[in-house]
Amino acid sequence: MATPIELEFSDSASRENELVRSEKLDLSMGPSHPSTHGVLRLQLEVDGEIVTKCTPVIGYLHRGDDKLAENMTYNQFVPFTDRMDYLAPICNNVAYALAVEKLADLQVPERCAALRVLTCELSRVSSHLLGLGVYAMDVGAMTVFLTTYTERERIYSLFEELTGARLTNSYTRIGGVTRDAPEGWLKKVEIACDKILKGVDEMEALLTRNKIFVDRTKGVGVITKELALRYGLTGVNLRCTGVESDIRKDRPYSGYEQYDFDVPVTTVGDCYDRYLLKTEEIRQSIRIIRQVCKTLPAGPIVAQDAKDIVLPPKSRVLNNIEELIQNFMITTHGPKIPAGEVYFEAENPKGALGFFIHSKGEGHPYRLHVRGPSFISLSTLPELIPGSFVSDIPAILGSLDFVQGECDR
Amino acid sequence: MMTEKDLELQNALLAKYDYVKARSVRSADHASFDVPADRLVEFATQLRDVEGFAAVQDCEAIDWGVGAGTRFSVIWHICNHTTHLYIRLCCDAADNEHPSVPSLCGVWSGCNWIEREQFDLMGVNFVGHPDMRRIMMWDEYPYHPLRKDFPLAGVDVPYYDEDTVAQASIKVQPAPQNGGPFVATAGTTKRSSEPCGLDQEWTEGHRKN
Repeated sequence: MATPIELEFSDSASRENELVRSEKLDLSMGPSHPSTHGVLRLQLEVDGEIVTKCTPVIGYLHRGDDKLAENMTYNQFVPFTDRMDYLAPICNNVAYALAVEKLADLQVPERCAALRVLTCELSRVSSHLLGLGVYAMDVGAMTVFLTTYTERERIYSLFEELTGARLTNSYTRIGGVTRDAPEGWLKKVEIACDKILKGVDEMEALLTRNKIFVDRTKGVGVITKELALRYGLTGVNLRCTGVESDIRKDRPYSGYEQYDFDVPVTTVGDCYDRYLLKTEEIRQSIRIIRQVCKTLPAGPIVAQDAKDIVLPPKSRVLNNIEELIQNFMITTHGPKIPAGEVYFEAENPKGALGFFIHSKGEGHPYRLHVRGPSFISLSTLPELIPGSFVSDIPAILGSLDFVQGECDR
Repeated sequence: MMTEKDLELQNALLAKYDYVKARSVRSADHASFDVPADRLVEFATQLRDVEGFAAVQDCEAIDWGVGAGTRFSVIWHICNHTTHLYIRLCCDAADNEHPSVPSLCGVWSGCNWIEREQFDLMGVNFVGHPDMRRIMMWDEYPYHPLRKDFPLAGVDVPYYDEDTVAQASIKVQPAPQNGGPFVATAGTTKRSSEPCGLDQEWTEGHRKN
């Protein structure tokens, strides 16, 4: 029998702090990094694998929308709103139209309001599907992206049929929408809803109990209620902290109060919670879409009693001098919006999109300012990211669900 | 139109805090106040701690034009997540040459970036802001583009990087929108360009001889 050897341990383990030299390293992540979803740059200071400081650098996509809006009529600005959150353009169109209509105290017909709700919710579903797909891809689950992209494609086909464009829809005008639903379109929406729900189930089967996904998102990027309120976070990023806040319920617009839906809320505030909330929101949106399809009222799609704001129908423009002049005046001078100030927020997929308009009673805004929810979400990064691993950053960014077009404007 | 709840809130706050006034511009929705600069932080703190306005939503500066008596005003929108009511706070900047207003960063951290954006684009300085740097434009950019006297077409900007200037032998970066639609060359009218709502000098009433 061999005699046991007595092992002597060096005491170097206990002198770890003394022997391992810790050096901080500056690391620039972006502006063209796949997980930053656009042109966001994070100036990181890392200590080994741990981030000690994070400074986001934005503005690479700044186009000066505020300045442009001051120099064009109200209707000319609609296509610019498409290019803010380009993953849910109709939500932006609707928020902008509602802000101007609120300033002008203009009521739109019921059918128009219902069509806006319908298209808004379809946009929300498509935005969440893409958001979750790329989020999953960033943390290593490639298949999910293919599933959600397929489902999103159905919605884009529907939009193409309704508005004529897939990505930049420009569906609303001040006081109405551009086109009515084509014949048989609602039936197609309902069929698409069934298929999308199946796709969402498939996505959940791939993610919700996936060990890799759960390990990479649970307890990561925890937003506290206090931080969320202090920074003015909205949407999913606020609801994941336990604050029950949804503008569709709190300050209903465009007739949301007629529809029956729930607002999911969780209390932990980590990346996994935000994933769960978005998944549930897709289901709730589809609930709303189905109700609108069933109850879509008949009638006109543009406001009828607003001669100074809404363009007259083309058939009358070509035959009557009065309508021709009206058409010319609104196109060149812009709609007559009374003087005053308005700040309107709508519940968008990324959070509350706000429009502030100061009008002096002319055809163009004197000052317009956009509150981009992505801008507000990104402003929390200097507090949210330090302390987490470099590899957690894609998960945090993916779950915050931001769009650079809206952040930089 | 302001709802009854908004009016009620506005009247209650006006009665409680005598140093604020109802805003002179018509508000189409929320309760809105003109607040003197020296009491702004005090009023904001009261709103947060006593009235329950826990979140700041937005901040925007307005330029009233070059000749205006008070050239710049700054507006904040704040929100109460319990009553779901909003408030608009407006504060005039005292100096027209070097405008500045108190920062509300100490009250709501969310003011950090949104005030930086207004500093960058409008050139209003926020006193007490912890990190008053440009955010959209690069640090060396010399102008504040949202001001009314800044042309829509933009202006040429000198390259700040000496290496670039030496290598490329280009000294300026041309104005971004020069020659684009709705835009006239900087310093001239938009008459030769496409008509748009802002520029109405081509209409009969404004026709020049």
